[in-house]
Amino acid sequence: MSLTPREKVSIEEVRHIAALSNLHLTSDEEPAMQRDLNAILEYVAQLNELDTTKVEPMAQVGEMLAPRDEDSRRFLRQDLLLPSLDREAVMQCAPETDGVFFKVPKVIER
Amino acid sequence: MTFETLAGQGVDKYPGTEMTSKTDAPKTGTSRTNKVDSLVTVRDGVAAGTLKAVSAVEGYLSTIGARNREINAYLSLHNESALAKAALVDEAAARGEKLPPLAGVPIGIKDVLTVKGLPATAGSMILKDYLPPYTSSAVARLEAAGAIVLGKLNCDEFAMGSSNENSAYGAVRNPVALDHVPGGSSGGSAAAVAANMAAATLGTDTGGSIRQPASYCGVVGLLPTYGRVSRYGLIAFASSLDRVGPLTHTVEDAAVLLHVLAGHDPLDATSSEEPVPDYLAGLKKPVDGLRIGVPPEYFGDGLDPEVRAAVENAIEKLRAQGCKVQTVSLPHTRYAVPAYYLLATAEASSNLARFDGVRYGYRAQDASTLSAMYRNSRDEGFGAEVKRRILLGTYALSSGYYDAYYRKAQQVRTLLTQDFLKAFAEVDAIVTPTAPTPAFKIGEKTDDPVAMYLADIYTVTASLAGICGLSVPAGVSKDGLPIGVQILGKHFAESTILQLGHALA
Repeated sequence: MSLTPREKVSIEEVRHIAALSNLHLTSDEEPAMQRDLNAILEYVAQLNELDTTKVEPMAQVGEMLAPRDEDSRRFLRQDLLLPSLDREAVMQCAPETDGVFFKVPKVIER
Repeated sequence: MTFETLAGQGVDKYPGTEMTSKTDAPKTGTSRTNKVDSLVTVRDGVAAGTLKAVSAVEGYLSTIGARNREINAYLSLHNESALAKAALVDEAAARGEKLPPLAGVPIGIKDVLTVKGLPATAGSMILKDYLPPYTSSAVARLEAAGAIVLGKLNCDEFAMGSSNENSAYGAVRNPVALDHVPGGSSGGSAAAVAANMAAATLGTDTGGSIRQPASYCGVVGLLPTYGRVSRYGLIAFASSLDRVGPLTHTVEDAAVLLHVLAGHDPLDATSSEEPVPDYLAGLKKPVDGLRIGVPPEYFGDGLDPEVRAAVENAIEKLRAQGCKVQTVSLPHTRYAVPAYYLLATAEASSNLARFDGVRYGYRAQDASTLSAMYRNSRDEGFGAEVKRRILLGTYALSSGYYDAYYRKAQQVRTLLTQDFLKAFAEVDAIVTPTAPTPAFKIGEKTDDPVAMYLADIYTVTASLAGICGLSVPAGVSKDGLPIGVQILGKHFAESTILQLGHALA
């Protein structure tokens, strides 16, 4: 699949992406987002001008600076038991809690 | 712990265009001819006993009190705690104790970095009442060195923006010209330095968010190499791009702060173990013999003629000091903005999934099911630009489009980085404009996301390649708006770009 300006995002796709993103768009927001997404996708389509068939993807710069064969475990911390944040301090940030658990609305819908 | 909330004080929630139509808004603000002390001057004054830390803090709080209502840079103030800490510094100094390197220096922190006891809103309604239970490593390092946090600074929501108009707590105004934007996303951090509301500030830069506002406000902004400064405690936007760095009155101030900020942090797996050099050692050395690259790709269509002239003038200043100036080619430059917006939004869509109304932040009321609670909380808590980027990022990562968008952008990122590595085999630094124009007017670009994204055209390249960059003031336009010149250096070559930046001062 290549990215071409002809591949317009439909309103159904906007709803599908919103659902994947856990966003609920209003009927006003949907066409505005559709318009903006199409404008941005049309703009980014210029990447198609580049032939990248033999180019490795790059996730972040560290992998390009470090030799490929370097032991990646070096970057992981040692498996030691260390103090973490106090539970009470963390739970105080929660919108609803009983002090031990986070409370949420019911999960099973009938 | 007490703090004062200023968020949204005296400003409309979504100012947008109505701010520009206010007839009582003054056209111009601070002229930078007012006496402004550098961080080094404040630090040295406190250390020598000629300046009380309490007086320094009171001075900045007084300026904040006088100007914050119109500029809207600070969202919360730590005034009582700052004054108490300053008093301790003064007592220690009076006892003749050896003071830590930043003792008594008042600083402001962009509101995407956590400081225990102060709100961390990230410019978003979804974190309106969030009080983080821990302090970010960057701030902890500054505090351990004696710096005093004055408060938290406004920014675009989750650092997504180029104008600071995307903050849920109102736009920030450029202190140099109040009807203009300060740049973004670290607009509050740049404006606070420009209006002398702190000795220095911390910002963050994902696609230009330190350098571009520094340029718009006429201050110094440093983007350290990826991995140079810990991001622990930074509210994540795009993790392969996010960096923390200082905004300062002088290049020397930036070097002083980088020296404290830089270094490995076991709490950030992406922080580098590269040794930290003494950034001050060579700062004032002559720059003769340094090789400067000038890429024609940064001087093409869309570059404001006054910005071009100012940058060319800066290059001539370096040449006059003995630098060897040559052309370098960065042929993939024009693909940087599209690649950046695909990668940054993809990462944002993943990072911002954590805001679900369960563990912290805003929760929508009256949702009868968990899934409705998630959606309503996010819908009510996020602003339009954040939603736009989450949707674009989700689209770029979604089944059927991943290879065409996300993977393609990652491959272009490789090409852009290779461009820089080739160039830095020939030159020690690259000099470009920081932004294509001086600051634009509030409301001018809010309706066109692509036009807004192009404000980052010269800054996103260094973000993608992970290299370091510095924006330093290079004069003003005929309208009195500041212009910045950008100096880019290879990975971990901050000493070189700071030395060149100092030579331009």
